[in-house]
Amino acid sequence: MMQSAADMPVWAAIAVAFFLLVGSGLALIGAIGFLRLPTFYERIHAPTLGTSWGIGGVMLASMIFFTVSSGRPVFHEILIGIFVTVTTPITFMLLARAALHRDRAEGNGNVPDKPNRSQAARDVLGEGDTQSG
Amino acid sequence: MLPYPLLTLSLILMWLLLNGFTPGHLVLGILVAVFASWAMASLRPDKPRLGKWYLLPKLFGIVLYDIVKSNIAVARVILKVGRRSHNPGFLTVELDIENHTAIAVLAVVLTSTPGSAWLEYDSNDKTVLLHILDLDNEAEWRNTIKNRYEKLLMEIFA
Repeated sequence: MMQSAADMPVWAAIAVAFFLLVGSGLALIGAIGFLRLPTFYERIHAPTLGTSWGIGGVMLASMIFFTVSSGRPVFHEILIGIFVTVTTPITFMLLARAALHRDRAEGNGNVPDKPNRSQAARDVLGEGDTQSG
Repeated sequence: MLPYPLLTLSLILMWLLLNGFTPGHLVLGILVAVFASWAMASLRPDKPRLGKWYLLPKLFGIVLYDIVKSNIAVARVILKVGRRSHNPGFLTVELDIENHTAIAVLAVVLTSTPGSAWLEYDSNDKTVLLHILDLDNEAEWRNTIKNRYEKLLMEIFA
């Protein structure tokens, strides 16, 4: 049985509003950080706010709202949280490794070099064969 | 019969969460999950051995708590970024775990914790390159990764 949002008990409304604000606030802060942080490697940290407790807060708010308003437990939002958590590291690693590769190849920034890289990788990067790894 | 019981169980749970719990969907979910885990078996992935699976909730709790803490820390860094209050940097950590699943779990944990990003793992010398947003206390970061996460993961995937 579906109720309208105005009929919700106060405690539920407060909990929903709190988690919704926390989640969307963190996502907003992440977006601001994306804009303001100076280097690529620093910027990579900003969206993780949105993908950790940003999504977590919105997820909890949605679970509470629909559980209370429909009168039965609603948990399927948790799947969104699980899949976001499991899949974002893949994108992050791809982006970060592309950036690392480029910075190493172009020799810009203070990117740590790989100590014993294979000869094939050195050839790709156009480095002289100082030592075969 | 069931090559990956955990996978089968998770698929059934996912099916029921998505479709709502009815006896019909339970049967259908079990069918889908069993066939999906047979399909998975034909890919022959490494089967992770869960030694002390009962430590998983402990890891989950620790990670959830750390994510809350680092969310606050990173939000603080971002909001006062004009004053350059933080000290970003790279960190190379030698890992002792070799289990692929455990390394994958560690990578997910470190990446989903704001403030630390997993850049690349080198399986030759078993080191991982991380980027840390606020690297004021390098020893503490190393200690967190080695003692807080890695030790627990080694026990779970023993």
